[in-house]
Amino acid sequence: MISGELLFEAVLFGVLLGCFYAAVSIGLSVSFGLLDVPHVAHPALMVFGSYCTYIVASYGIDPIVAGVLLMPVFFLLGIVVYRFYYETFEKRGTEAAVRGLAFFFGLAFIIEVGLILVFGVDQRTVEAAYIGASLELGEYRLPYRMLVAFGVALVLTATLTLYLSKTFTGRAIKAVAQDEPALRLMGANPVRIKQWAFGIATGVSALAGAMLIIVGPVEPAMDRLYIGRTFCVVVLAGLGSMTGTLAAGLILGIAESIVLMMFGASWAPAVAFGLLLIVLGIRPQGLFGR
Amino acid sequence: MKYWIGAVVLFLVALGLALSGVNEYFFYAAYIVLTFVVLATAWNILGGYAGYVNFGTGAFFGLGSYSAVVLFKALEAPLAVQIVAAALVGGALGFGVGMLTLRLRGIFFAIATVAILFICETLMVNWRYVGGATGLQLLRPEVIQPFASYTRMLFVVMALLAIIAVSVARYVQISWIGRGLRAIRDSEEAAECSGVPTLRLKLFACTVSGALMGAAGAPMPMYLSFIEPASSFSLNWGVSALAMPMIGGTAHWFGPVVGALLLGSIQQIVTVTISNEINVLVVGVLLVLFVVLAPDGVLGLFRKFFRK
Amino acid sequence: MSLLRVEKLSKHFGGFTALDGVSLEIAQGERFGLIGPNGSGKTTLINCISGALRNDSGNIVFEGREVSGLPAYQRTRRGIARSFQIPRPFHTMTVLENLLVPAAYVVHLPEAEGMAESMKILGLMGLAEKAHTLASQLSQVELRKLELARAMAARPRLLISDEAMAGLAGAEVDEVLKILFELNATGITIIMIEHIMQAVMRFSQRVVCLDAGKIICEGTPAAIVQNPEVQKAYLGA
Repeated sequence: MISGELLFEAVLFGVLLGCFYAAVSIGLSVSFGLLDVPHVAHPALMVFGSYCTYIVASYGIDPIVAGVLLMPVFFLLGIVVYRFYYETFEKRGTEAAVRGLAFFFGLAFIIEVGLILVFGVDQRTVEAAYIGASLELGEYRLPYRMLVAFGVALVLTATLTLYLSKTFTGRAIKAVAQDEPALRLMGANPVRIKQWAFGIATGVSALAGAMLIIVGPVEPAMDRLYIGRTFCVVVLAGLGSMTGTLAAGLILGIAESIVLMMFGASWAPAVAFGLLLIVLGIRPQGLFGR
Repeated sequence: MKYWIGAVVLFLVALGLALSGVNEYFFYAAYIVLTFVVLATAWNILGGYAGYVNFGTGAFFGLGSYSAVVLFKALEAPLAVQIVAAALVGGALGFGVGMLTLRLRGIFFAIATVAILFICETLMVNWRYVGGATGLQLLRPEVIQPFASYTRMLFVVMALLAIIAVSVARYVQISWIGRGLRAIRDSEEAAECSGVPTLRLKLFACTVSGALMGAAGAPMPMYLSFIEPASSFSLNWGVSALAMPMIGGTAHWFGPVVGALLLGSIQQIVTVTISNEINVLVVGVLLVLFVVLAPDGVLGLFRKFFRK
Repeated sequence: MSLLRVEKLSKHFGGFTALDGVSLEIAQGERFGLIGPNGSGKTTLINCISGALRNDSGNIVFEGREVSGLPAYQRTRRGIARSFQIPRPFHTMTVLENLLVPAAYVVHLPEAEGMAESMKILGLMGLAEKAHTLASQLSQVELRKLELARAMAARPRLLISDEAMAGLAGAEVDEVLKILFELNATGITIIMIEHIMQAVMRFSQRVVCLDAGKIICEGTPAAIVQNPEVQKAYLGA
């Protein structure tokens, strides 16, 4: 039998991990969940963000600050990527759906190999005051880096949820996801709104990348594993639900943490993918799907 | 009729080559290229004809390899039995994944194939009988006369598999099944309302595709004298199996063959002369270039060129 | 003899009720019009009848047999065909090949006979010259005709025409209307959904008006046009 304390510690760690997973998935929640872009290159862009954070942080800047500084750059990058995707594929309708998917798959590989060629396959880490030390609560040790990621994740999710429900552009983004023709009739340009949204999603990925390299070492091939984690969270949440992303992230984080504790690290990668398949099989619209 | 004559001739050419004095290295390289012919052709049956993209070719291929290893280790099964078993396993996996996700939109099927890939890898990593994460060394059985080496025999076996795969793809394409799949790809809703049993056809394509991919994986452990999860279940198989038909042309069975021969040969050259990483980069770049600039692939370019 | 009987049909999307206990009966050979403002549930209703959607409750009885549990392709094989509001041609196929799909999958005709019958249908529709043109190269009105032709290739006994004339100009509307009259003359029951009022009124023997998922009026075209509920639904409260 598993001791209650071990289980509690696993759950506790799982909560922190889960919020981290929610934070790295929230960009995909916008780009895939709301905008229906088959963005399998999202994790690759995030890992790219990690490496950019690594470079900026090597100048003595705190990694979180580095991540925030990179956000506007990635925002512009997102606009460019979306514009290209829209002009080449989305505009042509369903005929180009297969090609759009293949495009992002190819893009993910190009980014991954690009990173290998520049940085090599070795792992990279960053240093900060909060990396390495842990908070001790009684018998439990909570790594500070996880707490930082947890905090950033909450702030990110809250900000994005408020943005989408309270601001005019944010509501327009949600509207374009639900009823594009109506939006056109209102005089708004759906393409510019979607472009803006994709930019935000990519900008958020920069910060997610920063958190990724804070939470642990990164290597170029990490994007493959994170395809599972991010899509699991977004699908489990239900496409387009921001608060759902947090709940789904928590479920995944706790599940992974418990499996890690009970069965070891060799089984942990399968949790996200397994959970994804279960969701697709039983309830594909997720928890709060539209 | 012309097709079958061509197929028999090609097989005889392969046999002749294997029995000739051609450099041994040729067979090492050609085996891999022929493997890609099978994988690309199999991919295209679901991806090109029906429009459902499979990222996880490695799952079917790798599971085929592992099925072969299990049969070899437990029963010393001959290669033919290994191949058939691998095809059955691949087909079953295709059917299973299909039942789970082909009712949903294409993107969900694609992501599910990645999930299957990682889950299969995790299962094999944790299975000590097949060597776990470190894998297994394998001793090849005695080479069968008249072949001078085991690799030459595998080359002929893979040539036969390639011909079988292409024949299956051709049959599907020109039959009424092919018309139904094309209707599904063009407009699944309209196909369903035109009497096409969309789920059944998709399942059929997915099962056949998986079976062929599994069969292609069976001789691989013997080829390498080795098997391990990371390379068997790599996402790299997926990107190649997808890129080759998209580069060659997805509408016709000849497209994946062209794509596999072209890209497969380029890959062999680049891997040997430059590096494996650049190889993956080349595949990625060519994929994106063709998908953006030449969506109908090489075959499409030829058609446009000759129409002028 | 009633060809189609819809009994207390309901369909919800999350919290939104698209259809609320809709019942109607359509006789063999009838020309039936379905009208209602945008969002009233017309498309949802025919999606449920054709099988593109599953109804949440209620019955759909076609030729005396319950069909609400069947997938769409089987309903087509039973004799229910539909055209799509926004045409969905098989765009990599020629016009003729488009018709060969239902010819093969619904009527199970061998290739040669399928081609012959399809060419006949194309002739009726005025598309015979375009038989070997790629569907992606057709004009709007040609695409609408292709939609109807493809539905006809399934040899239906009930044809649902979903806004086949939307966005077409005067003469083109007359063309399509003439085709629908001719099809009805051969014995096919037709449900027409349209916003072009004069087309619906000319064509239909009976009209039903939907609003917010409920039937608010049923009767002859003349009666419907004068009904205050219908006027309110279209002009807004």
